[in-house]
Amino acid sequence: MISLKINGVRRQFNGDPNMPLLWYVRDELGLTGTKFGCGMALCGACTVHLDGKAVRGCVTPVSAAHGKGVTTIEGLDPKGNHPVQRAWRAHNVPQCGYCQSGQIMQAAALLAENPDPSDQQIIGVMAGNICRCGTYQRIFAAVRAAAQEV
Amino acid sequence: MWNVENISRRQFLKSTGATTALVLGAQLVPHPLNSLMRSVKAALASVQPNLFVRIDADGAVTLTCARSEMGQGVRTGIPMILADELEADWSRVKIWQAPGDDTKFDPAGKDGQNTDGSRSTRHSFGVMRELGAAGRYVLEQAAARKWGVDAGEVYARNHRIHHSPTGRSFDFGEVIDVAADIKVPSGEGTAGLKLKDPSEWKYIGKDMPMVDNYDMSTGGASYGADISLPGMKIAVVARAPVFRGKVKSFDATESLKIEGVEQVVEIPTLADDKPAEFRALGGVAVIGSNTWSVIEGRKKLKIDWDPGPNAAHDSSSYDDKLRDSARKGGTVIRKRGDVDTAFASAAKVVEAEYFVPYFIHTPMEPPAAIVDASARPIKVWAAVQSPNETRQYVAEALGIERSEVDCQVTLLGGGFGRKSKPDFVCEAAILSKKVGAPVRVQWTREDEIKNGYYHTASAQYLKAGLDSSGKVTAWHHCGAWPSILGLWNPAQKNGFDIEFGLGLIDLPYDKVPNIRIENGEADVMIRVGWYRAVNNIQHAFAMNCFANELAAAAGRDPVEFLLELIGEAEVMDLTKDGIEEVWNYGDPVEKWPIMPKRLSNALRVVAKKSGYGKKLPKGHGLDLACHRSFHSYVATAVHVVVQDDGTVRVPQVDVAIDCGRYVNPEGIRKQIEGAAIYGNTIARHGKITTTKGAVDQNNFHDYPITRMSDAPLDVRVHVVEDYVNLPPCGVGEPGVPPYAPALINAIYDATGKRIRKLPIGDQLSAA
Repeated sequence: MISLKINGVRRQFNGDPNMPLLWYVRDELGLTGTKFGCGMALCGACTVHLDGKAVRGCVTPVSAAHGKGVTTIEGLDPKGNHPVQRAWRAHNVPQCGYCQSGQIMQAAALLAENPDPSDQQIIGVMAGNICRCGTYQRIFAAVRAAAQEV
Repeated sequence: MWNVENISRRQFLKSTGATTALVLGAQLVPHPLNSLMRSVKAALASVQPNLFVRIDADGAVTLTCARSEMGQGVRTGIPMILADELEADWSRVKIWQAPGDDTKFDPAGKDGQNTDGSRSTRHSFGVMRELGAAGRYVLEQAAARKWGVDAGEVYARNHRIHHSPTGRSFDFGEVIDVAADIKVPSGEGTAGLKLKDPSEWKYIGKDMPMVDNYDMSTGGASYGADISLPGMKIAVVARAPVFRGKVKSFDATESLKIEGVEQVVEIPTLADDKPAEFRALGGVAVIGSNTWSVIEGRKKLKIDWDPGPNAAHDSSSYDDKLRDSARKGGTVIRKRGDVDTAFASAAKVVEAEYFVPYFIHTPMEPPAAIVDASARPIKVWAAVQSPNETRQYVAEALGIERSEVDCQVTLLGGGFGRKSKPDFVCEAAILSKKVGAPVRVQWTREDEIKNGYYHTASAQYLKAGLDSSGKVTAWHHCGAWPSILGLWNPAQKNGFDIEFGLGLIDLPYDKVPNIRIENGEADVMIRVGWYRAVNNIQHAFAMNCFANELAAAAGRDPVEFLLELIGEAEVMDLTKDGIEEVWNYGDPVEKWPIMPKRLSNALRVVAKKSGYGKKLPKGHGLDLACHRSFHSYVATAVHVVVQDDGTVRVPQVDVAIDCGRYVNPEGIRKQIEGAAIYGNTIARHGKITTTKGAVDQNNFHDYPITRMSDAPLDVRVHVVEDYVNLPPCGVGEPGVPPYAPALINAIYDATGKRIRKLPIGDQLSAA
């Protein structure tokens, strides 16, 4: 039996402890904001926070979250108004939008750890998240802008 | 002409068949037409002048988007046109996504709602204006009737109807009781509609953020795999590694031991006499209660494959065959003058060969679809560009009529051409029927890369003659590539008019006196399909890079040289070169002619904006490329820095786009920024190869995509205004083709090294 908190709600899971967090939150909890992109921690679409740190949900087993707190895009801010989310809208970042949950979760974790990242630090961290529509220019600008607010 | 009749009380209520389908479709998506039905029966709470405009009693306006949103901003752009002509206040507008039904939702009657070919705006612009204006007409007439005044004294402005002489006004919602009885001019009678003068537009031509920004930034946006139905099963499919391979036998014993795996069933392989088209490939499906279990279950399958007829498809030899074919020549598709005579008398003859490999789309959302085959009509939710072709192929797979299939379109997590092929929806349909429950088919990234529809591989051989003054006197160009037509005719050896029209037959170097363009043969041994910008990618690459090589051979400035090749003609008339009818992106050349002067203009704009010609430090290069595609004229300038170890960095990109009349400049900027990055992947990374018929690549580690660390982060988009009174042209794709040749030409400027084979990969570091 795995006990964990998802977006502040206590949950228990009896299934396969190796099931990745990605599929646990999507299939078992219906939290579909977290996306499947590659299954190998190569694209970042599935990024969630585990005790505040960004992890790739597709390769993090539920068992690794036992006794810990997981935050998904749905739980980042009750009204969807985290500074990163506001910056995303102000910069009109999304195109198809599919990767943006992961991008936002990655950026929020970066700024929680380092509220004043250099350009190279932003690029270094955000390079783990692929956007096929090519919104990097706006992501970069939005992360910089959000850094002014956190 | 589209019928814009007011349907609120009359024909819509009578068309019960359609109503049933739409009401069923409303179970997951709140459907304005459905709530309309209820409201009409109670008290009139809304009016629907046509299928694209609805106004509620509280004044809320619901506008229909009948095109698939895949990031190109269509759910913003199309409603902007409607809202503008309706005189709606954008803050009170909601968007409703239409299901697949081309009898209702393809008002231009051009493409059956297939969101493809960068054509949504150019095909919809006129009719959306009419449909919005029809809504405004109804509201104005209703207000006039309520006031008992002449309609000529009444006008709509920003969600209110005003009466000029008295200063009275109604909110839109206050007139709907009367509006429901107003007859809209229809058919030829649309002359009764008054379209706004462009000077009165308040949304068209102005920046608008995407309507889905909030949902997309909060995890609330719904894509192909995000809908769940009661009792739904999840499936993944093991498909043959080689195109048209078959299952000889399989053993699912170990798979079925995995908790959560419930069934393993075979999807029949395509029959030998059935072309692939958009049909399910076949294979072995693992079905269960959750995605993780079925992915794990699939790993445990033991399958003995018959590799089938394409096992000899090996890039190491196949690529050489393409090169040989391009050198050998083939069918002449355009001929001006006599190149051979010109070569014989040329002061200098230059030749070069360009190669572009297969690519795969890799939208961030791998294909996913949900089908409930036990419902009537069959219910489909899918991330598809082409919901009506989806209905058609699903119907075929199930042996029923297309009218028995309802297709709801979710958001697409990227499309790029992949999701115009509904093979994955057919899989879900077949499986749903087999297991008697709704089924979601989920493709993994490996599935998407290994069993896709590939951008064609191509070899191009070019040869040109220069006279003693450095002018180009002759241009020979032969391309060889496996054709998309192979999806319908497996024995296809040549390209066809659409592929020729994608930037080859319309070679824009109008001032060259002798031109010969040929198409060499190639076998089709894999599913080849369209991919963002399609064959324009390799054609723009070869033409622009070869022109750059010729400029160097002639000792000329590359941009001046290009401008001289293109010239300033108003229209390039291909009938003079023996082409009776050119495929012009499916559109008449009278309305969208090939206009060299616009290409030259875009080139000049970007040369100026980018600071082309300025002195750059060592290792820096700045050069240009330009290309017409989807009727738009795009010129791209890339500033590159190449370090001694071959590392490439792109500090700045400038792009000039002339797309005629445009709707949302912010949307254009986003598409062009993204196209530069898409082009950067093509230029530097993209490469699919095959060994014994099977695709070698697997996931993003061996099929890399441009990341923020190698992306241009300063793309400056210059929307050319000079031809804004000409019809709208495409935007989603035209930014892609000029990027790779501009980068390659800039690398030559920086290093003196010519790259003739994509991707660049390690060619610079190896040298």
